[in-house]
Amino acid sequence: MTVITRPKAKPAEVIKDASMTKQKEMMSRHYDRLSDAPERGEKVAATFVPGNLNELLMCFDFVNNLPEVNAIQNGLRKTSGNFVMEAEKLGHSEDVCTYVKSDIGMMAKGNIGPNGRKLPDPDVLLLSYTGCFTFMKWFELLRQQYNCETIMLQTPYLADGKITKEMIRYMVKQLEQDVIPKLEKVSGVKFDIDRLREYLRKSAKAEDDLVWVLQSAKTKPSPIDAYFGGIYYIGPIFGAFRGTDDAIDYYRFLREEVEERIAEGKGPVTPDGDMGKERYRLVVEGPPNYTHFRQFWKMFYDEGAVVVASSYTKVGGCYDFGFRHDPANPLESLAEYCLNVYTNRNLPMRVDMLENYVNEYEADGLLINSIKSCNSFSAGQLLIMREVEKRTGKPAAFIETDLVDPRYFSAANIKNRLESYFQMIEQKRAGLRGAA
Amino acid sequence: MLDMPKSPTAGIVQRCEDLFADLTFESARVWKAARPGRKVVGYMPYYAPREIIHAAGALPLGILGGGDQLEVIHGDAYYQSYICRIPRSTIELGVSGRLDFVDGMLFPSICDVIRNLSGMWKLMFPKQEARYVDLPQNFEEDVGGEFYRSELNEIREWLARITGKPVTDEAVRASIALFNENRALVREAYALRAKEPWNVPSSELYLLLRAGLVLPVEDHSQLMRDYLASVREQRRAIKDNCRVVLSGVFCEQPPLNLIKSIELSGCYIVDDDFMLVTRWEKSDVAIDGDPIANLAHAFIADSVSTSPKYEPDQAKKGLYLVDSVRGNRAEGVIFAMPSFCDPALLERPMLQSVLKAHGVPQIAFKYAENSGQMQPIREQAGTFADSIKLWSGA
Repeated sequence: MTVITRPKAKPAEVIKDASMTKQKEMMSRHYDRLSDAPERGEKVAATFVPGNLNELLMCFDFVNNLPEVNAIQNGLRKTSGNFVMEAEKLGHSEDVCTYVKSDIGMMAKGNIGPNGRKLPDPDVLLLSYTGCFTFMKWFELLRQQYNCETIMLQTPYLADGKITKEMIRYMVKQLEQDVIPKLEKVSGVKFDIDRLREYLRKSAKAEDDLVWVLQSAKTKPSPIDAYFGGIYYIGPIFGAFRGTDDAIDYYRFLREEVEERIAEGKGPVTPDGDMGKERYRLVVEGPPNYTHFRQFWKMFYDEGAVVVASSYTKVGGCYDFGFRHDPANPLESLAEYCLNVYTNRNLPMRVDMLENYVNEYEADGLLINSIKSCNSFSAGQLLIMREVEKRTGKPAAFIETDLVDPRYFSAANIKNRLESYFQMIEQKRAGLRGAA
Repeated sequence: MLDMPKSPTAGIVQRCEDLFADLTFESARVWKAARPGRKVVGYMPYYAPREIIHAAGALPLGILGGGDQLEVIHGDAYYQSYICRIPRSTIELGVSGRLDFVDGMLFPSICDVIRNLSGMWKLMFPKQEARYVDLPQNFEEDVGGEFYRSELNEIREWLARITGKPVTDEAVRASIALFNENRALVREAYALRAKEPWNVPSSELYLLLRAGLVLPVEDHSQLMRDYLASVREQRRAIKDNCRVVLSGVFCEQPPLNLIKSIELSGCYIVDDDFMLVTRWEKSDVAIDGDPIANLAHAFIADSVSTSPKYEPDQAKKGLYLVDSVRGNRAEGVIFAMPSFCDPALLERPMLQSVLKAHGVPQIAFKYAENSGQMQPIREQAGTFADSIKLWSGA
């Protein structure tokens, strides 16, 4: 049999709105700053997105390096798969977190960052142990590699659904007695609490605009996609920009852009341009897949599905229930920030939150993207699905992918499930119309 | 096998095996029914402050999943295929009514799966009290120690709500004394096994420890004393086995057959991390003074090292395993770890590199609590034993 092969069509240029372009520029600038840090005499602190204490690190002039973000960037650039396999060759189990393995594989291959330049070794590892057990082992693994100062900051879990004064006290004590003295020692910079207050004041400003943008999805049609688009929006504030003027500018710019879209009655911008008619409004629980990000998103917008709220955009800070960084109580505020992040909330809190999202954002249902290698998110999601479905009366669906391991993205299966889910929503609507 | 003389420990071991096999927890049910108002508080691996449960007048009951005899039907509906097995079999125990007599459940901070299970339990079994035990990863007395004291006091109040009466300092002190005695007996059994592993098979010691998770501590201490007295009377044949430390078995349990298979393949297990709660504190917990502060101090300053704990000092990372090898004159380490177990599997490369630096041979394999095929395990462990005997410098 003759097989005719045709050259693959070049993918169409990704269409971005101005804020996305601006965000990309900021991230590129940050990666260049990281690569240049040794030459410029700047010190580097590696830390995590949930429990990211960027304002505190800036008080000591550290440049913030987030290994999770590196893994995401490698996923988007389709290099993470080889890094994951490299780590597995080195003896890391196929069962564990692929962020960790992407990071370790990247190190083994020369630690070349997403900007194509070498990332510097960290001077300090700030192990902000918030909402994820893996973080602790991840930085123990990195400490073995880098042999640098490693600072543990433990965030108690909100197991009973509330923040207690004992939790705050424990965290503030760690900050005062361990974290700050060690950061002073590594950086050679004395801690200035007024400098921290100023950064926190800036954080709160940007947080106000971020919340406004995320809540704009209550509008019909939603002017944003709060999951796929949301990932662009959270980048600066979850990363190295919280507490900076850049973040204030970015979120003001983003807000104005979204205001304009609402005024024009427009839906979100997708990689293929403005989204067509909004047909389905979804709440999504769980992180996305990054290795096939565009393909994954396309499965939604091709069907007119827009994500109006997501839990993933709360993983680096949960602001929509009123929390803002507070310059009047700087250390307590940092503690409260860490305690509030999404994966530090117990299962009943997560269910309540998702139920509220479905109701408040007038969504058609809940979709869970369960991540193979993230137990913090994934363990319990099938119960979450049942509970939210039961409480809201809206249909829920479950798909499985991985963060940055391309081996666990089965496009046909996911598309098939999504199409079935959209049909289910249609049937539910038809049933409701019939009943009325 | 029929012509083998009956071992003096056989009756004790049989009793332990019966307790181990009973997935309805009949002995705990009988204990509870014996006096009106008695309460039972379950706890999951790897550590729980059993002294306070006991001081509240309740029975601490270790819940270690369903093993290889429980058919998991409902539990699988709550978990994806890439989550370990212990939470699904624990859910099965709950949904099937096997834990309907349990008044409260404690979920220690061992990993995200058990952490999330604490919230699932609140949603699924609202009539049963469920509490997460947030263990400190900061080991400074006035930081992590202070936090843990507040956590223990909250547990004390939680137990008082369950039992309807306060848990006094005096009662906690008395319970600490009883658990000190129990831990000393467990340590004695471990020391004896390391000295004469042919006389204290690990499959027996394992069952003895499991019995300690379902019996009242007073009864278990007597059981341990009886076993130790009996085992000293017996002389089993010494085999040409190599001596190994078993690591990674601190949460989801391997099938009993897996332990037996390792022994049958030519290995004496001379140390392990089974049920660390039975010997968590390395020496006696102080009795005088504030008992809650004493328990917290023991946790912070005198507890065993294991994968779910943070090691603040890189220079000490993994040395506990090297110390175990040296202290117990072991010739190698077998890493047996549950599939999808984050604490064990993330830790393994670090432990392996430390062992390599100290010239300790090692092998690794994974299991699930319901693993059925033991032949590959036996072959792997047997080859490891042979290679140690043939090639080791020892």
